[in-house]
Amino acid sequence: MNIRAIRLFAAAALFAPLLAFGQKNSCIECHNKLDDELKAPAVGLAADIHAQAGLSCKDCHGGDPSQDDVDKAKDKSFKGSPKRKDIPQFCGGCHADAAAMRAFNPGLRTDQLSQYWTSRHGQLLKAGDTKAAVCTDCHGVHGIQTAKFPKSLTFPWNIPQTCGRCHADKATMEPYKLPTSQLEDYKASVHARALYDKKDLSAPVCNDCHGNHGAFPPSVSSVASVCRQCHPSTGDLFTKSPHKKAFDDMGAGECEVCHGNHKILPPSTAMIGTDQGATCVQCHDKGSTGFETAAEFRRELDGFESGFRTAEGLLTQAKRKGVEVSDVEFRLQDVNTLIVTARNLTHGLDRAEVAKAVTDGEKALVEVRAAGEKALDEAKFRRRGLAVTTALLALFGVALALKIRHMTRARGAGEGRGSHS
Amino acid sequence: MAAKIGPSLWKFLDDRFMLSALIAFGKKKTVPEHRRSFWYFFGGICLFLTAIQIATGAMLLLYYTPHIDAAHESVQFIMSGVKFGWLIRSVHSWTANLLIGLLFIHMFSTFFLKAYRRPRELTWITGFLLLVLFMAFGFSGYLLPWNELSYFATRVGTDIAGSLPIIGHWLKTVILGGPEVGQATLSRFFWFHVALLPLAALVLIGIHILLVQTLGMSKPIGERSTKEIPFFPDFLYKDALGWTLILVIIGVLCVFLPWEIGPKADPLVSTPLGIKPEWYFTFMFTTLKLVPAHVLSFEGEKLAILAFMTGGLLWLLVPFLDRRAALEKRSPVFTWAGVALALYIVILTVMTYTVPKL
Amino acid sequence: MKRRNFVDIFLGGSLLATIAAFMYPVVRYVLPSRSAAGGGVQKNVVAAKAGELPPNSAKIFKFGSSPAILVNTAEGQLVALSGVCTHLTCTVRFDTETGTLFCPCHNGRFDLGGNVLSGPPPRPLEIFAVETSGADIIVSRKG
Repeated sequence: MNIRAIRLFAAAALFAPLLAFGQKNSCIECHNKLDDELKAPAVGLAADIHAQAGLSCKDCHGGDPSQDDVDKAKDKSFKGSPKRKDIPQFCGGCHADAAAMRAFNPGLRTDQLSQYWTSRHGQLLKAGDTKAAVCTDCHGVHGIQTAKFPKSLTFPWNIPQTCGRCHADKATMEPYKLPTSQLEDYKASVHARALYDKKDLSAPVCNDCHGNHGAFPPSVSSVASVCRQCHPSTGDLFTKSPHKKAFDDMGAGECEVCHGNHKILPPSTAMIGTDQGATCVQCHDKGSTGFETAAEFRRELDGFESGFRTAEGLLTQAKRKGVEVSDVEFRLQDVNTLIVTARNLTHGLDRAEVAKAVTDGEKALVEVRAAGEKALDEAKFRRRGLAVTTALLALFGVALALKIRHMTRARGAGEGRGSHS
Repeated sequence: MAAKIGPSLWKFLDDRFMLSALIAFGKKKTVPEHRRSFWYFFGGICLFLTAIQIATGAMLLLYYTPHIDAAHESVQFIMSGVKFGWLIRSVHSWTANLLIGLLFIHMFSTFFLKAYRRPRELTWITGFLLLVLFMAFGFSGYLLPWNELSYFATRVGTDIAGSLPIIGHWLKTVILGGPEVGQATLSRFFWFHVALLPLAALVLIGIHILLVQTLGMSKPIGERSTKEIPFFPDFLYKDALGWTLILVIIGVLCVFLPWEIGPKADPLVSTPLGIKPEWYFTFMFTTLKLVPAHVLSFEGEKLAILAFMTGGLLWLLVPFLDRRAALEKRSPVFTWAGVALALYIVILTVMTYTVPKL
Repeated sequence: MKRRNFVDIFLGGSLLATIAAFMYPVVRYVLPSRSAAGGGVQKNVVAAKAGELPPNSAKIFKFGSSPAILVNTAEGQLVALSGVCTHLTCTVRFDTETGTLFCPCHNGRFDLGGNVLSGPPPRPLEIFAVETSGADIIVSRKG
C-alpha cells in the first residue's frame, strides 16, 4: 500500500459521510411533485423497511437518481415498474438470493419464491392469470413493513383482512368458483375471538393453516395435521381412538368434520350427546355403541358442569352477601382446568378415562361446595349478629330516651330555673 | 363489707386525683338549649367516631403488615381468616368516610352559626387544621391495603402535589419517600397514618376540646333564649342517643356493604380508566379536570391549586376577617360565601360521579 | 321513686348488654384462632413434607392466592414454579415422560426453569425459591 493509495482512501473515508448526506434522489424529488398514484411511492417510501435498510428507488428500479432531467435519470439501467406477472421474479431477485439477503438480515428465509410457485396463486400466475395474488398484493409496495410491526398488512391481526380483500369479494372469486364466506366465518370463530378480543397473537390466522407463500387449501388428509400443530394432545387422543380409522376410511377430514374449518366455534358439551343438535348423532344411530358412549359422556360432563355451576353460584351468592371467598375461587379455577381436561379426553372415546377425569373433578368440587356453604353460613351469622346488636342498641336507645324525658320533666318541675353558669 | 369498699375506694382515688373537685367543675358545665342547639351534637359525634377509628385502627395493627409483598395479603387475611376481621376492617373503612363527612357538616354548621367569632377563633383554627389532618388520614390510609385503586389514586394525588410551583418536586419526593410510589411510600404512609398524624391530631383535639371546656358553647348571634341544661348528665345522654343511632348505621353498612379488597397493586399495569381519589377529594380533583389548560398565560392547573391554597388560607382566617361577627352583628356576606362554598363542594362532588367522561 | 329506679336500671342494664355485645367480636378478633396458622402473610409456604413426593412427580399447592407447582425431578432435585400458564391461566401439570411442565389447554410446554419450550404461552413461568427446613419443604418468592 503506497502513500498515494492511503491518502485516497483517507479522503474517501472522510468525505463518504458527506456524500451520503448530500446524496441526491431525483426520483423522490420529482415524484413528490406529481399527484395521487405517482406521488404515492415517494410518500410511502419513508416508512418502508427497505428504505430503513439503506435501499432506495434505484436499488429495485435502476436508473440514475443524481440526474434531474427525467430522460437522463431513466437511463439504460432503468427497469421501470415490473408487470404483474414479473413481480415475483422481481422481488425474488434479492429475496430468493441467500447471499444477497445475508448482508441485510441473515435470519430471513429465502425460499418464499420457490414456495410461491407451489401455491395456488403461483400456479395460476404461471398459467397466465395475472389476477392471481402476487407479492405486492399482500405486502404492499412502497411502505412495506415487517410482519412484526402492528400496522403491517402481514401482522397477525391484519392478515384476515389482507386475504379477505380478494377471498371475501364475490366478483373477484366468481371466475374461480371459490366461496367467499371464509372471512365472515373466521370472524365468528373462537380463534378470531382470541386474536381480536384477547389480543392473543398465538391464535391462528389464514397463513397458519394454509401456509404463507405456499398457500394452498390443505387437503383432507392434512387438515388434521394442521390442527395438531396447536392441539397435539387432542390430536393424539383422536389418533388412538376408533374414529381415526373410520374417518380416514371415509376420506373425512378428522377435526373438520365436527368442528368446521373457518367457523370453528368454542366447543361445548352440547356438541356431544344424543339430542338433536349434537354432532355424534349425525353418524351414530340409536342403539349403537357410539350412541351409548355419546349419551354416557354427555351425562357425565353435564353432571360435572352443573355441579361446577352450582358451586360457582354458591360462591357468587356468598360474595354478594359480602363474604370473602377468593381462597375458594382459586380452587374453583383448578376445577375449571379439570373440566377442560375432561372435555378434551372425549376425543379419545375411552369411557374409563373420561369417567375417571369426571370423578376426580367431582371430588374437587365437593371441597368447593363445602367452602361455599360455609361462606353462606357466615353471611347468615353476620346478619343474625347485626339483628341482635341492633336490637340491643335499640333497647339502649329507648332506655336513653326514657331517661332524658324523665330528667327533662324532673328539671322542669323541680327547679323552674334556667341556667346554672 | 361490700358497702364499705365503694366509699373507701372513692376516698382513695379522690385524695390522689382530686376527683371531687373535678366533679364539682363538671357539674357546673352547661349547654345552651335553643332552636339551633341540635347542631351542638356534631362535635361530639366526630369525637365518638374518632374514638372508634383509634380502637379499630389499633386492632387492625395486630394483623396488618406494611410491606408491599404482604400488605394486600394481610388485609385479605383480616377479611377472611381473622374472626370478625371483616367487621373491624369494614367499621374502620366506613367510619373513616362517615367521619370526614360529619366533619364537613360540623365545620359548616359552626361556620353558619358563626361560632368562630371572638373569643373562639382558635377553636375554629384548630378545627379546620383537624379537618385537613383527617383528610390526610384518609389519603394515607387509603394506600395501606395496596390494591390497584389505591396505588393509582396515590399516584394521581401525589402527581398533583408535584405540580405545585417551586416546591412541587421536592414535596412529592418527600411524600413518596422516593421518585415513585413504592415500598418507601407504603412505609411512609403507614408512619403518617399510625404515628405522625395521630400525634398531631391528639394535640389539636386536646386544644380544641380544652377551648370548648373553658369557653363553653357559642350561641348564635342575637339568640335570646337563656335556657341552659347541664352537660353531665343531660346533654351527654342526648349525645349518647346520637351515638347509638350512628352505631346502628355503621353496623348495617358493614354487614350489607362490607369494604372490598380489590386486586393487588401491579405497577406494571396501565392506569385503569376513570381513576379517582376518594370522594372527599373529588371536588378539588374535578375542578382541576375542568379548569382550562391555560388561563391568560398561566397554566390552568397551577392556577387552580393556588386558588385552593388561597381559599383555604382565607377560610382558616375567617374569624379575623369577619369583623361584623366579632362585634356580634349579622354578617350576611360571610354567610353567603359559606353557602357558595358548600354548594360548590356538593355540586362538584356529585358531578364527578354523574357526568360521563369527565 | 320506683319509676326513676326502673329507668336507671333499664339504662344501666341495656348499656352493659350493649357493651358485652361489642366486646364479644373484639375478644374473638384479638385471641389467636387455631385455624389461621401464622397469619396471612403467605411469604413462606410449606408446600409439602420431606419425602412426600417421590422422584419424577409433582404437587400443586396454594401460594398466595394462585396455584403453584412443586416438582421433585428424576434426579431428586426440588423445583417450585408458578402453576398459572401464561397463555390463558389454566393450571399446568408435570409431564413425567419428558420432565417438562405442560398445560392441558393448548399444550403450552415449559422447562423446569420456567422457560417456554413450545406452544402459545407468551411469557415464562415465575420460579420460586425452595428450601428444606427439617421435615418441611418451604417455598418462597425469590429476591
